[in-house]
Amino acid sequence: MSTATQAVVLYLHVHQPLRIKPYSVFDIANDHTYFDSHESDMDNKAIMEKVAEKSYRPMNALLEKMLHTHPNFKLSLSITGTFLEQAERWAPDVVDSFKRLVDTGKVEIVAETYHHSLAFFFSKKEFEAQVRQHQQKIQDVFGVTPRVFRNTELAYNDELAQWADEAGYKAILAEGWEPVLGWRSPHYVYQPPNTKHIKLLMKNYKLSDDVAFRFSNKAWAEFPLHAQTYTDWISRALDGGPLMNLFMDYETFGEHQWSDTGIFEFYEDFIGKWLADENHTFYTVSEAADSAEPSDVVSSPDILTWADAERDLTAWTGNSMQQEALRHLYALENSIIHSGDDALIADWRTLQTSDHAYYMCTKWFSDGDVHAYFSPYDSPYDAFLYFMNAVRDLRYRSMPSSQIGETHG
Amino acid sequence: MLGWELPPHNSGGLGVACYHMSKALALQGSTIDFVVPYAASHPEIQFMNVHSATNLSPLHQYGFGAYDSYDTKTQSQTSMIGQDLRSIQASYTDYVKTSVASKPDDHYDAIHAHDWLTMEAGMIAKQITGAPLVVHVHATEFDRAGSSFGNPLVHEIEEQGLLMADRIIAVSQITKNIIVHRYGIPAEDVEVVHNAIDTEELDGHVYDEATFKYLESLRDDGYTIVATITRFTVQKGLQHFMRAAARACEKYDRLVFLLAGDGEQRDELLRLSADLGIADKVFFTGFVRGKQWRDAFTVADIFVMSSVSEPFGLTALEAAYHDNALIITKQSGAGEVLNNVLRYDFWDTDRLADQLVSLANSKPLMDTLKENAAKEYRHISWHVVATKCLDLYTSVSRRVAA
Repeated sequence: MSTATQAVVLYLHVHQPLRIKPYSVFDIANDHTYFDSHESDMDNKAIMEKVAEKSYRPMNALLEKMLHTHPNFKLSLSITGTFLEQAERWAPDVVDSFKRLVDTGKVEIVAETYHHSLAFFFSKKEFEAQVRQHQQKIQDVFGVTPRVFRNTELAYNDELAQWADEAGYKAILAEGWEPVLGWRSPHYVYQPPNTKHIKLLMKNYKLSDDVAFRFSNKAWAEFPLHAQTYTDWISRALDGGPLMNLFMDYETFGEHQWSDTGIFEFYEDFIGKWLADENHTFYTVSEAADSAEPSDVVSSPDILTWADAERDLTAWTGNSMQQEALRHLYALENSIIHSGDDALIADWRTLQTSDHAYYMCTKWFSDGDVHAYFSPYDSPYDAFLYFMNAVRDLRYRSMPSSQIGETHG
Repeated sequence: MLGWELPPHNSGGLGVACYHMSKALALQGSTIDFVVPYAASHPEIQFMNVHSATNLSPLHQYGFGAYDSYDTKTQSQTSMIGQDLRSIQASYTDYVKTSVASKPDDHYDAIHAHDWLTMEAGMIAKQITGAPLVVHVHATEFDRAGSSFGNPLVHEIEEQGLLMADRIIAVSQITKNIIVHRYGIPAEDVEVVHNAIDTEELDGHVYDEATFKYLESLRDDGYTIVATITRFTVQKGLQHFMRAAARACEKYDRLVFLLAGDGEQRDELLRLSADLGIADKVFFTGFVRGKQWRDAFTVADIFVMSSVSEPFGLTALEAAYHDNALIITKQSGAGEVLNNVLRYDFWDTDRLADQLVSLANSKPLMDTLKENAAKEYRHISWHVVATKCLDLYTSVSRRVAA
């Protein structure tokens, strides 16, 4: 077994939401801009500039160096349209640096929704429109067409896999969660039920989260984590299996784990140490899918995500505020789409970005600390208020005033 | 005059009542020294001397605790806020004590103390100056605590103040009943003087349709706008109001609710509106004053005062002035001066829901209530309040002298 090739499948997700400014009752029908705040916590430009400096620039520089240093180093990226629009406006050099990565031919771009939405679970038609829009954007910016699909928050079920199969994707990504995997290991290629060609790649969450969440945690028993230890863990965990799927937020590097934690040096070191063994390599997600036939069928009828202890959607749709907010947002679909007003449609879609609902999460006690860290608002209630007011303004814009009452409430 | 707030540094009706009462008293020839617990200039107040008892800055939003029952909060908050408030109160009392003691030649016809926060200062001032103490009760701890008992320390201070007072003014019969039945004060020591409204101050405001433009567009579409303008505290009964709103919407869909104000219950009210599935029908403005405050009344068709216990409720008169049809709980004192209103018990969500639906569907009923309430508020004036106060000062002076 030890002579067979073993590959790390590194996949990083790149995204920044457009945060809603404090948008009050008095703004409804008067001010149609929801995302242009100059308050530091919600100032999207300031945040993009900050994260570009802390994460996108240094990490892309590191990745570029690694791609040139190590012929076998490869990775996959998903980059939302919402991110690209902001980067084009406020950090265009970051877009250029991503282009250089893709131009090496060793960086694969993964398909998803343009607006980082959960539309699949609310409107299939809208979901497909956003996937097409993302595909077009990726084609425009990078000149490539994605072949592998990932859904927002890695939210996955059998139905989504069947959709992706019919849409012609060669693989789809999901969380390697034991209740779904059963006795199986996440280190093999699987097939979703009732699909023809598509393959399922499942994340090793333990080893992914060691870096994404635990790396700088001084209370962690394994702190400080060294590259050799991590490499050894991967070998041991693989236990002769072929694929180590490490999926995480790109912003892990420099933003969630700051530069002074040593995260960049650690990763550079890890890449070198992993590749030091000649049987070791890196695969892009397409290569991983092509590397083997499915070992088995894995079914997930329920929605599986990469979030929280529950691995479900409750961080986005678990409380009544989130349910109300999304219900009223998606109820506008017909009138907004039929308006033919591009700016209106874009604003409506931007409100579908899952982060808005995430900021309304009230699961404070088990996972709340993570949520609090990622929210620019004082409380989930404020996030809910501003969002609802923005939805009302969208409604106001979307129809002649004599019909607002038809869809209100 | 010992008070706790004056506009614009007020968070509710106490400051408004003190302001207008003092102004009307001054117009009838009184000279007033008014003490507030914070440092702020009141350039618009020319008719009396405003004294600052501390160097603290006024807290705009929640006031200085004039409306809170500390018993309703969690324990850690109780001790923290409670101590802060007690220390401000102690400074306030010291200030009053030092001021009156340092000017033994100043003569006061009466010490007029408003609510428990100033009662201790009032008692000391009475002791030093020998002037009669008039305690003016705008709310008791029973009101602030909603349906719970409230803070025993506050009850004790209220009881002492009421016992030491030469005369007590209650803002309504409801409040007088609490003073008599729960504090054991003889009924003849308590005079009911209802609050009033200064319409001159409100006249001349031009409504701006843009303030609530979205609500205006809903109204054009046949919606009825139901408002309440209040602090979001347990005393105000807003959870019952929200449940009634949801029930009303089951029967009649074209209703929206404007909740203007802020307070410790905001988050749970937001959550409740979502739980009840009416989040899109409820509009939360946050704290409003000035133009937004006036426009909130004007945009409304119906004003609801949902209080569990409301000694008076000035906003009811303000709503009547702004041409609202009124629905008031039977537990609200303003109902004693307005007859052309619909009434319900604060807990009776079915009844409130019925009233909301009936009003929204009956223009004649809506118009009659508006017109008749407008006739009633016109007869209510702070000058009458001032005259009653002056009569009362004279009678207690005579009694104390005798």
